[in-house]
Amino acid sequence: MDTTNLTIESILEGYRSKKFSAVDVVSAYLERIEQHDKDLNSFITVTKAEALKEAAERDSSGDFSLPLAGLPIALKDIFSTKGIKTTAASNVLKDYIASYDATVVTRLKEAGAIILGKLNHDAWAHGSSGENSDFGPTKNPWNTKFTPGGSSSGSAAAVSAGFTPIATATDTGGSIRLPASFTNTVGLKPTYGRVSRYGVISMASSLDSIGHITKTVMDSAIVLNATAGADGLDATLHSEKPDDYTKNIKNGIKGMKFGIPKEFVSEGLSKDVSDVFEKTVEALKSLGAEIVDVSLPNTEYGIATYYIIQPSEVSSNLARYDGIRFGNKRTEFGEEAKRRIMLGTFTLSSGYYDAYYKKAMQVRTLIKNDFEKVFEEVDALIAPVSPTLPWKLDEKNNDPLAMYLSDALTVTANIAGIPSLAVPAGFAQGLPVGIQIMGPQFSEEKLFQIGYAYEQATEYYKQTPNL
Amino acid sequence: MKIDVKNVAKLANLKLTSEEEKKFEGQLGDILTYVEQLQKVDTTGVEETAQVTGLSNVARSDTTSPSLSQDEALSGAKEQHNGFVKVQAILEE
Repeated sequence: MDTTNLTIESILEGYRSKKFSAVDVVSAYLERIEQHDKDLNSFITVTKAEALKEAAERDSSGDFSLPLAGLPIALKDIFSTKGIKTTAASNVLKDYIASYDATVVTRLKEAGAIILGKLNHDAWAHGSSGENSDFGPTKNPWNTKFTPGGSSSGSAAAVSAGFTPIATATDTGGSIRLPASFTNTVGLKPTYGRVSRYGVISMASSLDSIGHITKTVMDSAIVLNATAGADGLDATLHSEKPDDYTKNIKNGIKGMKFGIPKEFVSEGLSKDVSDVFEKTVEALKSLGAEIVDVSLPNTEYGIATYYIIQPSEVSSNLARYDGIRFGNKRTEFGEEAKRRIMLGTFTLSSGYYDAYYKKAMQVRTLIKNDFEKVFEEVDALIAPVSPTLPWKLDEKNNDPLAMYLSDALTVTANIAGIPSLAVPAGFAQGLPVGIQIMGPQFSEEKLFQIGYAYEQATEYYKQTPNL
Repeated sequence: MKIDVKNVAKLANLKLTSEEEKKFEGQLGDILTYVEQLQKVDTTGVEETAQVTGLSNVARSDTTSPSLSQDEALSGAKEQHNGFVKVQAILEE
C-alpha cells in the first residue's frame, strides 16, 4: 500500500467502502517509517505496538463513523501524552513521561485518531531549522542536504515523506508555516485563542498557536474541526466557532480582494521565491480574485519586537524546569534555550523592562493596528512564507541572528494574533516554495476557502519526494 | 549594548562555562543591538498589547473536579520521600 498520496478523505473513504482496513493503513505507514526515517530523523518515539492494537480494535468494532476514525496521526513531541515519553526534544525532559494528555491529544483521540508516535523538532520549539534538537537534526525529504525548516521540522518532514497523513505542530513565530513551505505541505497557524494550549509545553504564552501540518487544505480544515474551541482549561480560548470548517471550502474566490503587503515582497526576497510568487498572483487572478498592493509599515520592526517578547516569555516559562518535580537539571538545557533564557531574563530585569519589554508591547499594538487597517480593505493578504529557499544544514548554525531573521515574514502574524495558512506554491531548484494566506482574527474558514481554490487549481500537493 | 553575562546567568539560575559566557556576551550583544532599533519608533500614547484578542478577566466557575492522583503527580520526581518530593535543604542550622 502506497501511503504517499493518501489524505484523510481518501483513507476514510477506503475504510467506509471496505477497500482496506485500519490495520492495513497503520501498518503501511509504520513500514514506511521503519524503512525511511533513518535518513530523515523525523520521529523521536514510534508507538508501533499501541498503534497496531488500536487499529485492530477499530477494525473489529467496524465503526468508522467518527470524523477521524482509524486515522493515523503523529504529534510534535511538545504535546503532552499520558504514558508516552514527552521530551520537548530536550535532554531536560529526555526521560519524562507525562501524566496527562494535552487537550488537542484528547480531542484527536476522541475523534478516532491513532497515534503513530512523537515527532522531532527544535528543542522547546526554539529554532527555524530543526537543528536545535537534542535528538539530532531532521532532514528535508526533498533533499537530505537541506533543512526541512523549523521548529516543527519532524511534523513537516513526516507528512511530506508519507509517514503520517496528519502531524500536530506549534507556531510561535513561524514554526508551522516555515517547515510546511520547505516541504510542499499545508501548515495552519490558527488565530491565537482558537485551539487550546493546555498540555502543550509553553514557549511564549502570548504568541503560541497550536496547529497542524497536512497534505491538503481540506485535511487541514477537517483536523481543525476536531481541535478548535474552548476546553475550560485555557483561559485565552474563544468559545464561538464555526460548526464545520469544510462547509464553504469549495465556494471559490471569485470577487474576493487580496492584498500583497509591499514590505513582504521588497528587497531581501530571493529571485527563486519572487518568481514563484509572481505565478501565484497570476493563478489567483485567473480564479477571479482582485489583487491590490497594500502596506503594513511596521513590518520592519517585526523581528525586533518578536525577539524581545518571545525570549522574555521563554525565560519565564522555562524557569519551572528545576529538575525537582520532574525532568532533569538546568545544566541539561541546550545552547539555544540558554541563549533565550539569558536574553529574556535580561530584557525583563529591573531597569531594562521599560526600554525593552514595555516598548516591544507598544510596537506590538502598532503592528496589530497595521493588519486591522488593511483588513478593512481586503479579504486576505497573500505573501511568501520564507524570503529564501530552504538552506543547507549547518549553514546558519553558528549565527543566531541570521537564523532569527529567516522568520521575517512569519512573526508578524503571531504578534497580531491572526491566522495564516501556508500552502504549496511550486518549486525552484528542486526545492519546495510556499505561500501564506493571512486573514483577520478567527477567519480560518475563509483562509481554507482561498487555500482550497488555489490548491485545486495548481495541484502541487500531488508531487511527492523520492526517498 | 553590553550585557553582564555573569549576573544575568545568576538571575536565570543557569551555570555557564567560561567559554559559554564569552560566546553569549558577543551573541547577546549583537541581538540586543539589533532589537534596539525599536527605540526609533514613536510610541507616545500607544497602549501595550498583552492579550491580543482582547479578552479580559476570564474566570472559571469555582467547582472541584477530578485531578491527578498523588502517584501520578509524583511519577516524574526523581527523588521522593514518604509520598513527597524531596528537595535540597534551603535553610542551614
